[in-house]
Amino acid sequence: MPETKKLMYINRKAPYGTIYAWESLEVVLIGAAFEQDVSVAFMDDGVYQLTKGQDTTGIGMKNFSPTYSALGDYEVNKIYVDKESLEERGLTLDDLQHLVWEDEDEDYAEKDSIRLVSRAELSEVLADQDVLFNF
Amino acid sequence: MKFTIQVNEGPYQHEAADTAYHFARAALDKGHEIFRIFFYHDGVNNGTRLTTPPQDDRNIVDRWSKLGQEHDIDMVLCVAAAQRRGIVDDGEAQRNGKDATNIAPGFRISGLGQLIEGGIESDRVIVFGD
Repeated sequence: MPETKKLMYINRKAPYGTIYAWESLEVVLIGAAFEQDVSVAFMDDGVYQLTKGQDTTGIGMKNFSPTYSALGDYEVNKIYVDKESLEERGLTLDDLQHLVWEDEDEDYAEKDSIRLVSRAELSEVLADQDVLFNF
Repeated sequence: MKFTIQVNEGPYQHEAADTAYHFARAALDKGHEIFRIFFYHDGVNNGTRLTTPPQDDRNIVDRWSKLGQEHDIDMVLCVAAAQRRGIVDDGEAQRNGKDATNIAPGFRISGLGQLIEGGIESDRVIVFGD
């Protein structure tokens, strides 16, 4: 295998209504085994994927949102959220799950995984990636 | 350049399957290499040989099979997505107790790791779909 690449998974769609969000999360979890430099971005309706308190009983679908909190254990700890996408939907960081990871190098200190960034900042992060997987 | 192509939509419903095919042909015609074509989400429906479109329409599945065989392209259907949508090869039929198979020639069923590997091994990943 070549050198480590910067892989980013981009999530743009609501968690339910279509299966893209769920099957994207499956790619992120499988991809974690490849020991690449991974980050995940949530923008547009994709920001709804991270909202807390999701309840899918009314639609008879599996609520897969608890799985996002496991991303830290998979060493997926660079999670970018587009600030403008939140604002356009009347959401704030408080509406999202508190995602954390444990930093081995600092005695397993718990650190925030979510990085709230402006659209302009996010575009710079995107430009810096080697591979973009769009969902 | 070495490409991995990801197809996220099924045939006929969405033009992504057509566009991906035309891109693949054009890339090969220009001398580029296709490392893998990975079918995900409803894209796995591109790989069922039971498709029977009207005779005056393009046969999207046959077209993929021919392309794959002509150019020896690795065409992979995601196993998790295929299981959900009933795309079955011999191994899957045996493992899951199904009474039939429907995978088209030139395709194989494998895991999502194949997509990630495509991203690592290729110069570009091109994603077709919404």
